[in-house]
Amino acid sequence: MAEATLRVYRGDKDGGGHVDYKVPVAPGMVVLDALHYIQGHQAPDLAVRWNCKAAKCGSCSGEVNGRPKLMCKTRMDDLPLDQPITVNPLKTFPIIKDLVTDVSLNYRINKKIPAFTPRENTDWRMQQDDIDRVQEFRKCIECFLCQNVCHVLRDHQKTEEFGGPRFFVRVAGLDMHPLDSVSRTELLKDELGIGFCNITKCCTEVCPEDIHITDNAIIPLKERVVDDYYDPIMWVIRKLTGKK
Amino acid sequence: MANEKYETHEHDVLIIGAGGAGLRASIEALNQGASVGVVCKSLLGKAHTVMAEGGVAAAMANVDAADGWKPHFRDTMRGGKFMNNWRMAQLHAQEAPDRVLELEKWGALFDRTPDGKILQRAFGGHTYKRLAHVGDRTGLEMIRTLQDRGVQQGVDVYMECTVTKLLKDGDRVVGAFAYWRETGRFVVFKAKAVVICTGGIGKAWRVTSNSWEYTGDGQSLAFEAGAELKDMEFVQFHPTGMVWPPGVQGILVTEAVRGEGGILRNKQGERFMEKYDPKRMELSTRDVVARSIYTEVREGRGSEHGGAYLDISHKPADYVKKKLPSMYHQFKELADVDITTGPMEVGPTCHYVMGGINVDAETGAATVKGLYAAGEAAAGLHGGNRLGGNSLSDLLVFGRRAGMAAAQYANGVGGSSVGNDQIEAAAREMLEPFERTSGESPYDVHRDLQESMQNLVGIFRNQEDMTKGLDNIEQFKERAKKVRVDGSRMFNPGWHLAHDLKNMLIVSEAVALSARERKESRGAHARVDFEKLDDAMWGKQHNIITRNADGGLNLAQRPLMEMPEELKQVLAEDQ
Ligand SMILES: Cc1cc2nc3c(=O)[nH]c(=O)nc-3n(C[C@H](O)[C@H](O)[C@H](O)COP(=O)(O)OP(=O)(O)OC[C@H]3O[C@@H](n4cnc5c(N)ncnc54)[C@H](O)[C@@H]3O)c2cc1C
Ligand code: SF4
Ligand code: SF4
Ligand code: FES
Repeated sequence: MAEATLRVYRGDKDGGGHVDYKVPVAPGMVVLDALHYIQGHQAPDLAVRWNCKAAKCGSCSGEVNGRPKLMCKTRMDDLPLDQPITVNPLKTFPIIKDLVTDVSLNYRINKKIPAFTPRENTDWRMQQDDIDRVQEFRKCIECFLCQNVCHVLRDHQKTEEFGGPRFFVRVAGLDMHPLDSVSRTELLKDELGIGFCNITKCCTEVCPEDIHITDNAIIPLKERVVDDYYDPIMWVIRKLTGKK
Repeated sequence: MANEKYETHEHDVLIIGAGGAGLRASIEALNQGASVGVVCKSLLGKAHTVMAEGGVAAAMANVDAADGWKPHFRDTMRGGKFMNNWRMAQLHAQEAPDRVLELEKWGALFDRTPDGKILQRAFGGHTYKRLAHVGDRTGLEMIRTLQDRGVQQGVDVYMECTVTKLLKDGDRVVGAFAYWRETGRFVVFKAKAVVICTGGIGKAWRVTSNSWEYTGDGQSLAFEAGAELKDMEFVQFHPTGMVWPPGVQGILVTEAVRGEGGILRNKQGERFMEKYDPKRMELSTRDVVARSIYTEVREGRGSEHGGAYLDISHKPADYVKKKLPSMYHQFKELADVDITTGPMEVGPTCHYVMGGINVDAETGAATVKGLYAAGEAAAGLHGGNRLGGNSLSDLLVFGRRAGMAAAQYANGVGGSSVGNDQIEAAAREMLEPFERTSGESPYDVHRDLQESMQNLVGIFRNQEDMTKGLDNIEQFKERAKKVRVDGSRMFNPGWHLAHDLKNMLIVSEAVALSARERKESRGAHARVDFEKLDDAMWGKQHNIITRNADGGLNLAQRPLMEMPEELKQVLAEDQ
């Protein structure tokens, strides 16, 4: 049986380093399987989150050979096995231990968002065509990979001023719900700092659910903010020049 | 509960588990004005409920106008081979539509019919198109809706925190002892009422659709606190798990594939369900389909890797991608199979436990004061076999009822105290494995337990195997007491497993004991040495497990509740 080397980050907030583990490679194996093999045979205290093993829960996010991935969906046979596979925790969030990071920030941001508030006297009929768009946003499995790669959080650590792509997706899901009645533009502008986003699309690229985060969520939301807050002529100019 | 050594939190109602049942219970307890704490082992939103795919069963009659609570009740009772608590089956059928519509009011967006109502799909054992759904990610929609609602209403969530003991004052449950996964530090929860919504037990088998969380914690906590477990022999093997490649073995292939028209074939290309259930074919109940596949494989007609072929490729590719998007991706990415052009390979996987904590139908009250249970952890609704989609509705209907009853009970109950000795004992039990410098890894014992349950207490059972399985469990118990834990208390899965093992052994023994005793085949419980239903004897009694004075398992039988005439008539109305 083929063998692979996993170079796994082991450590906590006081520091750490990479440790190499040799793992037999079975057909169809994913990186999470390899980590479970390590837990089962070599390092029972290796910390890693997972639940579904089928890309449905968003627990097993990590950085595999430098790329943000769901580890339950990352096949070993898609990686070069002649060199060690590096597995790191998400960089943007504070480390707890090994591959587990403190993602509580995301739960705090989420709390700021006003809930779905239905219009009065609705008969609850909705056409599929009208909800397709919102259902896209509701596919989010909260893997936080988009939060992890967004430079506003990753490089600039604007954790207090900026909501991040996951929460723009969430706001889009609420604001574009055909029966919702509250506006969240003030929140987007002030508390979630949507203006910090300069549409690099890095978030969209990593989304395992293929949500078009930038095109379908962020850009329309930015337009709503602009419509609500700024001079319509400036809005046209901004749109034409692409400047913020 | 003045123990200064440990972090302490106090709530009127403590809910263990943040899946659909726990969240729905917490929302209702909050509505009643109670202060509510919810504890869960994973992050919020990652419980099993998030993985549910196919849908939630509710007789809304949006697609098939003839549906109603009576047909739903009949289907549930028949599917469960009449081992169900009929009152639960009735309440469930009657209340599920309101519970689903309520989700919509809280923001859930189900797929629509052409006239704008909630769309419903066919599923095994359901006479009518009954499952409200969102493509094949219904559970995700449900858990997000509930979690947002709960958070908005002010529930306190303690995530990545594992309960290891219920605390008692005399005969009342008044709290729980837990550890934070992150730091390994201990926490004491004081509560007037505790609701167990911890889900299932599937991690005791090797091939399973269940995650690391499903180690039977709630059933074991209740058992240790003196509560009854009912009908633990009824464990559902879902007919369609993935079988290849090895790493994905057991991962669920939703029944929605068959609901949308998927066809099962053996390696000779025969549509073998014609033999086993010509009327319902692929949409027969899960127990029947699982055994049919297993039989095909055993008799040499299995697929390349020991399963059956499930094919949906006769439907237009766009339709398949729209209605079964996550199945499409799951097979494409994990198995290199394009389900729009060719068949999937599927085989049975341990999926769900119908048995569990014995509860009162109306309130979810367990048989110990102050303790409630709902969701997969509780027994009753599903009897001998669960119909697909009836779990998500179960969570909503009985989560709400248990949350309400727990809050009302909490409102009327006086103060309590817990002796330090209980807390110290719970802490000591957790710390013991660190004191051993030798011993095997808990992972070794877990692997052996899974193998034993898989081979000896699986889909087809017999006396000899189960006796052997029980002997093995005795040995595993001894080994589990001696496992060693490496590393520190910080986020240490090996340490966590050392304790989870104890729970898995309790539920495994409960399953094997009950299964060996039930000398008939009924629903998900299939005996090769007793192939027939025995209505005269076993159709009239439940298996009940309680704790002996010495801590061991005691098994006894209890007659079924007598069904009222009007429900008997409902059952007789249509054959
Ligand atoms: C892949 C898959 C697909 C499914 N599809 C469907 C479907 O389409 N329709 C349907 O009706 N059913 C389906 N089911 C079944 C259904 O999803 C589950 O039975 C249901 O979600 C269980 O919900 P619950 O609230 O009881 O428990 P869960 O959602 O599992 O939640 C259990 C909670 O308890 C917590 N917990 C457990 N132990 C402890 C402890 N010791 N301390 C603290 N917290 C603890 C966990 O962390 C978790 O938060 C499916 C199941 C699976 C696995
Ligand atoms: S598009 Fe915006 S939100 Fe997405 S990564 Fe770039 S800056 Fe961040
Ligand atoms: S939007 Fe996509 S990348 Fe971001 S958390 Fe959701 S699923 Fe993950
Ligand atoms: S384990 Fe659920 S997404 Fe990877």
